[in-house]
Amino acid sequence: MWYYEKKLQYPVKVTECNPRLAKYLIEQYGGADGELSAALRYLNQRYSIPDKVIGLLTDIGTEEFAHLEMIATMIYKLTKDATPEQMKAAGLGAHYANHDHALYYNNAAGSAWTATYIQAKGDPIADLYEDIAAEEKARATYQWIINMSDDPCLNDSLKFLREREVVHSQRFREAVEILKFEKDRKQFF
Amino acid sequence: MYTPIKCYQPYHGPFDPCPSRGTVCYQTPPNLYLGFQPPNLQQFPIQEALYKGTLWPALYDPYPTPLEKGAKR
Repeated sequence: MWYYEKKLQYPVKVTECNPRLAKYLIEQYGGADGELSAALRYLNQRYSIPDKVIGLLTDIGTEEFAHLEMIATMIYKLTKDATPEQMKAAGLGAHYANHDHALYYNNAAGSAWTATYIQAKGDPIADLYEDIAAEEKARATYQWIINMSDDPCLNDSLKFLREREVVHSQRFREAVEILKFEKDRKQFF
Repeated sequence: MYTPIKCYQPYHGPFDPCPSRGTVCYQTPPNLYLGFQPPNLQQFPIQEALYKGTLWPALYDPYPTPLEKGAKR
């Protein structure tokens, strides 16, 4: 069960009217390594992972939804007042034709989100290694978006989200260490 | 010594159509090196931690990498 706090995890401020950035940010919304994929991946894997790391997957999976909400806010702010002409000029003509100003779970290239982006192998090490890889890929995606954005306020929020990927990767790596330790201990029984 | 960024120069041939990008860099964030986080690490003041996204300087990885930490840009 979840409690909802009616505020963002970190403030989102957009200074420039630049709908093109929204096109790139959608990668973190409905892309393979986006926040939706991350949240669903972790919250689904936690049922079949050893007890000691279930809580970690719950916590991080929940935080990913908070990130998803921040990304959604950014995309919405960048596009909500754009005219059809501006959407077209920003490369969002196809998106406008399909969704008007609505958000949709697709990646920057327009492919709809698919469950095949995520995996639950049932093997704890395989699953945690996938999670580590997902965090590093999300970190890289944030870097590439920051490299293309010159909106200082938006970049401020993106830098916060990028740092969270670093911390999450660290925690998943520690989870692997915990499971390695448990395995060693059993050999002495 | 730990650096948050590593750089190299990819080969650029005499017949390559585009000008060289010169030095190419990639990030190596601190989580690659920390191992299991030791207890009682130094912490940021709480307001600063909320801004930076982590409580611990040992895990803080500013991006773009500041020049004094080895960025070439």
